[in-house]
Amino acid sequence: MAASMIGSKVERKEDKKFLTGKGRYTADITLANQTFAYFIRSPHARAKIKNIDTSKAKKASGVIDVLTAKELNEDKIGGLIAGWKIVSKDGTDMKIPPHPALASDSVNYVGDHVALVVAETLQQARDAAELVKVDYKVLKAVVNTGDAMNSESIHDGIDKNLSFDWELGDKAKTDEAFASADKIVKMTLTNNRLVPNAMEPRASIGDFNPSSEELTLYTTSQNPHLSRLVMSAFNAIHPEHKFRIVAPDVGGGFGSKIYPYAEDVVVAWAAKRLQRPVKWVCERTDSFLSDCHGRDHITNCELAIKNDGTVTGLKVDTIANLGGYASLFATVTPTYLYGPLVLGLYNIASAYCNVKAVYTNTAPVDAYRGAGRPEATYMIERLMDKAAKEMGMDRAEFRKKNFIRQFPHQQCLVHNIDSGDYEAHFNRALELSDYSNFEKRKAESAAKGKLRGIGFSTYIEACGIAPSAAVMSLGAGVGLWESAEIRFNATGNISVMTGTHSHGQSHDTTFAQIVADKLGVPMENIDLVHGDTDKGPFGMGTYGSRSLAVGGTAIAKACDKIVEKGKKVAAHMLEANPDEIEFKDGEFIVPNSNKKKTIGEIAFACYLPGTYGEIKSPLPEGVEPGLKETAFYDPVNFSFPAGSHVCEVEVDPTTGETKVDTYTCVDDFGNLINPMIVEGQIHGGLAQGIGQALYENAYYDETGQLVTASYMDYTMPRADNFPEFRIDYTCTPATSNPLGVKGCGEAGAIASPPAVMNAVIDAIGTEVSMPATSEKVWKALKDKSDTKKKAA
Amino acid sequence: MKAFNFHEVKSVKEATKLASNKSTFLAGGMTLIPSMKMRLSSFSDVIDIKEIKELYGIKVKGKSVIIGANTKHADVAASKEVRKAVHSLAGLAEGIGDPQVRNCGTLGGSISNNDPTACYPSACIALDATIHTSSRKVEAEKFFTGMFETSLKKGELVTAVEFQIPEKSCYIKFPNPASRYAMVGVYIAKFKKEVRCAVTGAQSVVYRCKEIEKALNNNFSESALDSVSLKSSNLNSDIHASAEYRASLIVSCAQKAVAGSK
Ligand SMILES: Cc1cc2nc3c(=O)[nH]c(=O)nc-3n(C[C@H](O)[C@H](O)[C@H](O)COP(=O)(O)OP(=O)(O)OC[C@H]3O[C@@H](n4cnc5c(N)ncnc54)[C@H](O)[C@@H]3O)c2cc1C
Repeated sequence: MAASMIGSKVERKEDKKFLTGKGRYTADITLANQTFAYFIRSPHARAKIKNIDTSKAKKASGVIDVLTAKELNEDKIGGLIAGWKIVSKDGTDMKIPPHPALASDSVNYVGDHVALVVAETLQQARDAAELVKVDYKVLKAVVNTGDAMNSESIHDGIDKNLSFDWELGDKAKTDEAFASADKIVKMTLTNNRLVPNAMEPRASIGDFNPSSEELTLYTTSQNPHLSRLVMSAFNAIHPEHKFRIVAPDVGGGFGSKIYPYAEDVVVAWAAKRLQRPVKWVCERTDSFLSDCHGRDHITNCELAIKNDGTVTGLKVDTIANLGGYASLFATVTPTYLYGPLVLGLYNIASAYCNVKAVYTNTAPVDAYRGAGRPEATYMIERLMDKAAKEMGMDRAEFRKKNFIRQFPHQQCLVHNIDSGDYEAHFNRALELSDYSNFEKRKAESAAKGKLRGIGFSTYIEACGIAPSAAVMSLGAGVGLWESAEIRFNATGNISVMTGTHSHGQSHDTTFAQIVADKLGVPMENIDLVHGDTDKGPFGMGTYGSRSLAVGGTAIAKACDKIVEKGKKVAAHMLEANPDEIEFKDGEFIVPNSNKKKTIGEIAFACYLPGTYGEIKSPLPEGVEPGLKETAFYDPVNFSFPAGSHVCEVEVDPTTGETKVDTYTCVDDFGNLINPMIVEGQIHGGLAQGIGQALYENAYYDETGQLVTASYMDYTMPRADNFPEFRIDYTCTPATSNPLGVKGCGEAGAIASPPAVMNAVIDAIGTEVSMPATSEKVWKALKDKSDTKKKAA
Repeated sequence: MKAFNFHEVKSVKEATKLASNKSTFLAGGMTLIPSMKMRLSSFSDVIDIKEIKELYGIKVKGKSVIIGANTKHADVAASKEVRKAVHSLAGLAEGIGDPQVRNCGTLGGSISNNDPTACYPSACIALDATIHTSSRKVEAEKFFTGMFETSLKKGELVTAVEFQIPEKSCYIKFPNPASRYAMVGVYIAKFKKEVRCAVTGAQSVVYRCKEIEKALNNNFSESALDSVSLKSSNLNSDIHASAEYRASLIVSCAQKAVAGSK
């Protein structure tokens, strides 16, 4: 045990169950007497509901009930909420339309939840659903982000479909920078809409116990404690102390499972109302339609530049699509998770960012891997690339010239960045990607009739969400601290309770490594408990790369408390002074003696005083029995991971096919607990980011039908779309948490879209928008050559 | 999925006897089952034909290769006889879907379903195949009649496909990036008498591209196609590819097919 577990590539504890098919997901749970639920969803993007006739369906074989807004209202179940208040620049609060858990008089996107059929079998529920008659008055849908403000209002009282018109930064100072600029570079960018596509579709099972009056909801959540809070406090389904939420194994979330959905609310309520377990499992098509989507911005941006290449000002003007309603984190994603990050890792003295958030008849848009930060990074990195080209400067040199060099660095917008060394990872990325020989490779490609391009991207994120004082001053409904409990059992093994949730992040392993390291207990004797509101302390869940920086720190602090107490007990047993006891590798030692106790012996003695070894007496005076400690941690600041990525693509000009030939990333995540797990997180993030750049697009037609509602039309990237990734790290430890960690969960998805797009544009020599599908690249090349021909 | 009666049959006769207006045959189930699960189709009776032994097998006989309807894509891809006789046919099978689809999906299922973006129909047309059914033999060009439509009558079962062995041939698929079915698939087969070029994915049903055939009959070389420019007005257009793009892809796939012919 002497070797430190922190920093070592320990195999994942969770692999055994997942790789042998023994994961236990919500859909795997079967309760006695359970019923099956099927949601009737709107086939229209925008319509008024004139009438819902459930009479036939209610009489169908096996049907227990058909529930609609009427029954929801009878039981006074509240609607869904938006959790972060944004104030517009004119001082007015954001405008939030009602979002009932079952549509009462209107529907606002295809897939909007209208009614629930509960039957003895799923088959019967689906058959009966076909008998429910919903009388719709179809209205013209508002679909496009760019058109929303010029279209008819879809929600009563929300003029121009505008939820808020928010600003950040010093406008006057920024205007001055532009007035005195030598060169101004502008561009318009679209950040495409994405479907999160967790491998496991959403599911929930409600179970009411009429004896104890407890309501249990098993659900696919990244954040069970917060779900319980929201569902008891706002939806008023059941009081919190009688409400248990269990998120067992969850097969990926990427943000889309942070918040409680209408389906969770309705299923939990239905189980209570019908007094029988109700099980609902989302089908893939419904998941495309009704999971919150990600991104969907249109941005105009411009840079003010001096002749020597110094960037002095940045203006960003974004329209962000919220979809049909404002989901829980929908309003913070395009504002505080986006605006403060638009500066990238550049030292820009002035900036102004304006974001208008609009409603459209599309699925709600909320946090998706990176949440705001990929949009910010895409904007600044595409703009920096274009600026370098227009300035006639090398794109790498232009970036380096503008890097922040001294830390801590107070940015002109919000963040105070504690640590970093941007040139270190950038230079390493240039080296690892063999930038100096790029021209040679380009010539080789040309000889094969292919076009080769290289693209750079650097990024910074604000992770470790979030210091409560900071986020509450920015409008958050709650602070985002984290909790942990270390519970020794008498026989010396440990249950670690965390308020975070693991759904692919490998917390079972990473957190156990921290505990193993801190307490000197073997990994196999440490069990992580999460995802059950009845088992662990309240916590804020997993997203925003916060679990390790915030939750991991809480665990480390609870371990310290265990050691403190252990020292007192050991001193008593060893007849020494607590102050002189040293703790190392799982042993309490009296220095310069052979007197020592293992932590296991101490645990046993704490639970069974008087029965073990020398300690025939009770515990030392003032020490309570048991060995269990709780810690809460609220960080002093965000953590700021950063990095540099380099992508090389090869394009076949005859078909427009674009292949990512090499991909290099050098990231500074601060200290790494398990580099293998970090690498896995990078791979996943890159897959999603490269997916956004080249393949993925949630496409609604003009009537608001989602055309890409299955894998036949929504292009998920596959393993053969990627090269071997070249991965390396630099390290400047975070100063905002004692582990010195910064977070790595989103970096790949944040950094890669601009790296890929800058490479594609470099290869073809003309603009193209995301996703750069083969057709779009072919068309861009064709238009370029047609224009040339015309000019000639 | 809606409830149905399930029958497992052992012979072609038994299968056709059970068939009715409300029945369907189940082969690999790769297309049928998802469509039933999504309630796009439903049947009173599902007749599982997988146990019909006579529908399996690969035979090379003189100038043709005969492949039983139940033969899986993976078996065609792995067959040394097929690879030797018509290299491109094994290559086509190898490029269908993923391992799971190839280990379940069948030749008979593929051509009976006649998806406009499926690969096998192009092989049938380019290799001048004859479709053997439970009641007759049909030329491929008369078999594929429209989108998801064939000349099969209700209860008629495909038993085998007889492909003619060309001098050389090649199939090039430009996959739809999402489904990886053919966005455009071009099958070129050079026979002693003629060059045949079948195109899938570009119209509602597989067809022969006369412009390409004409150019290649004169001169079987890539450069013969340099000057071919196809009109796009009769081609499919969707979110993945406009008709204009498809027209260009057909020519570039055809050039790659000529270059890759063996
Ligand atoms: C993920 C995925 C990817 C795919 N990619 C491709 C691809 O790239 N290229 C491609 O060509 N195909 C592709 N396919 C389709 C695949 O080739 C299927 O195998 C094929 O469409 C149907 O074959 P099956 O044996 O599964 O038939 P089934 O699904 O069992 O049946 C399909 C239809 O044919 C009928 N039928 C089956 N056998 C007979 C018979 N002997 N006589 C009469 N009627 C019959 C059935 O009644 C049914 O109507 C893909 C499928 C999937 C699921």
